[in-house]
Amino acid sequence: MSASASTPVAKSDAAGVRGDAGPQQVLRPDRKKTRLGYNIIGLVVTVIMAFPVYWLVISALRPNHEIRSYDQTLWPSSITFDNFKRAVNQPNFDTAIQSSLIVAIAAVVGGMVIATLAALAIGRFNFFGRKALLMVLILVQLLPPTAMLIPIYAQLNTMGGLNEYWGLIVVYLVSTLPFAVVMIRGFVVNIPVELEESAMVDGCTRMGAFRRVVFPLLAPGLAAASIFALVNAWNEYLFAYVLMNDNDKYTLNVWLMTFTTERGTDFGALMAGSTLIALPVVVFFMIVQKKMAAGLTSGAVKG
Amino acid sequence: MHPTVQCDKRKVSHVSAADTTQATGTGVPAQRATEEPGHVPVKSSPGGTRRGARKYKKGALLPYLLILPAIIAVAAVYAYPLVKTVIMSFQDMGRRELWTGQDPPWVGFEQFTNILGDSEFWMVTARTVLFMTVCVVITMAAGLLIALLMQRVSTWIRLALTAALVAAWSLPLLVATSIFRWLADSDYGLINTLIAKVVGEDFLGHNWFLDPWQGFAIISALVIWGALPFVVITLYAALTQVPKDLEEAAQLDGANAFGVYRFVTWPVIKPVFVMVTTLSVIWDFNCFGQIWLLRGSKPEPEYETLGLYSFSKAFESTSFSQGTAIALITVLLLSGVAVYYLRQLIKTGEVE
Repeated sequence: MSASASTPVAKSDAAGVRGDAGPQQVLRPDRKKTRLGYNIIGLVVTVIMAFPVYWLVISALRPNHEIRSYDQTLWPSSITFDNFKRAVNQPNFDTAIQSSLIVAIAAVVGGMVIATLAALAIGRFNFFGRKALLMVLILVQLLPPTAMLIPIYAQLNTMGGLNEYWGLIVVYLVSTLPFAVVMIRGFVVNIPVELEESAMVDGCTRMGAFRRVVFPLLAPGLAAASIFALVNAWNEYLFAYVLMNDNDKYTLNVWLMTFTTERGTDFGALMAGSTLIALPVVVFFMIVQKKMAAGLTSGAVKG
Repeated sequence: MHPTVQCDKRKVSHVSAADTTQATGTGVPAQRATEEPGHVPVKSSPGGTRRGARKYKKGALLPYLLILPAIIAVAAVYAYPLVKTVIMSFQDMGRRELWTGQDPPWVGFEQFTNILGDSEFWMVTARTVLFMTVCVVITMAAGLLIALLMQRVSTWIRLALTAALVAAWSLPLLVATSIFRWLADSDYGLINTLIAKVVGEDFLGHNWFLDPWQGFAIISALVIWGALPFVVITLYAALTQVPKDLEEAAQLDGANAFGVYRFVTWPVIKPVFVMVTTLSVIWDFNCFGQIWLLRGSKPEPEYETLGLYSFSKAFESTSFSQGTAIALITVLLLSGVAVYYLRQLIKTGEVE
């Protein structure tokens, strides 16, 4: 934080210099000098932000005797995959992957179907209660998790949904809805109604117009929304921890907690396991990040 | 999405990340807010805010059929639990009622009078507010400065910084927390190694979490580090909407850099800044995962914020009604902020 805290000083210095410089010629060299200062600060901020990620990967790859050392070095002396071996051999790794995949995919598929229907209604129709629905969808995202967790736990308990995949799936499915609806609606609004109407004039039914015209145009938006939903279901741990009791039904995030026992934490294996879990998320995130930017700017251009 | 509500974006991040989810919700206003005619003279097409699409005729049944599944789902997982939270707060539900399925007895306002009369509750509330304030102030100040910095650095530094931000953003909450737990480990943590190099060997083995102030310093560092990517990227997107010619005109008229910022840049980014701040307040107030996981799923009483306090009352002391009553008080405390957030959204035309 110290790096960023020093920026105002640098900025106001630059301010004085640039503001007082009268003739245009004097301005250029000054600007170059301040650019160098900004670059150095920028580099420091980059290092601070990236360092934990670097430390994750480097700790996963370094030999265990370096992990259990009072003299931590910034570079590993050698690279080994022992930590990954221990992480993969940790009990329940395979069942955890299975649980995570079942829960996340089922929740996302169901969530996208429901969200697309609602987004079509909100984006295409002007019905009574439309604004209220949007507001509710935004507001429910702000509720504290424990306010939901306790009653859901009690309810699933009476319905026999504890320790069952479907309980978790329903929770994840609904929790993807608010942002998925808002996001898909953004894409729906950008598809001209005239396209749909001309398809209907040419003899398509409304369903046909949707299938042949709207859906293909909506596909990139749906892909982006589902990846976001997938990443979130993949990352969730609190509900998974409370609602699932059996070791073999734990999701990957809860499984990650098993590296910490009373005898301490196996940090090498924990970092390796964390890397394995984070890797697909980072890759997916990079993909969506681009799509998101494209979606946002196209939305902005069309005003 | 609420299970991944975290102090950051995933909230951003969970969610988690998390925190990433909300980013989509607010990324859009970030872009559109700056087009608000009140702030910048944007040449808007003669369609206005109603974006393009002509709507179908009003009063048809179809839209209601389309939103029906969503409404049922939201009612089941959000509305019903919220109602249930209220009901349970006026009952006394413990372990026995949970397992036997008996109807818990009604106790009126007893849970609330117990909680409000408990000095621990006020300690926890004060701690939560203090923690939230520190995190939000540092996050927003650092976020704004880094966003301004991004405009001024060379392209390759900007790309490197963006890559670092996106990488930090995409890490799952649990992974990010594990890294910080490892960095602050008392025996082999890097932080202790580095400090020991300066102050001497005695520092090795220092336990950061014995003293809650030091412990919360580590937690805040994690929360702020996790929240910065969303804040910086959103604010930077807003900054790119500031018209260059306006800034130049102000400079020609004799404004110094601060003047340009104060009178040209700030008015444009203000709506986005306010929105992100409001979200940060809510996320950091609801902060759960970072503290819970850094303290190995069993936080000491000195580390309890309102969310953890409610959780431990419900699941450790198995007094579910006390837990829901605390959660309800939290919801009431936050409702003012939430309403403010909603009004901002309406003002910027997001809820159209």
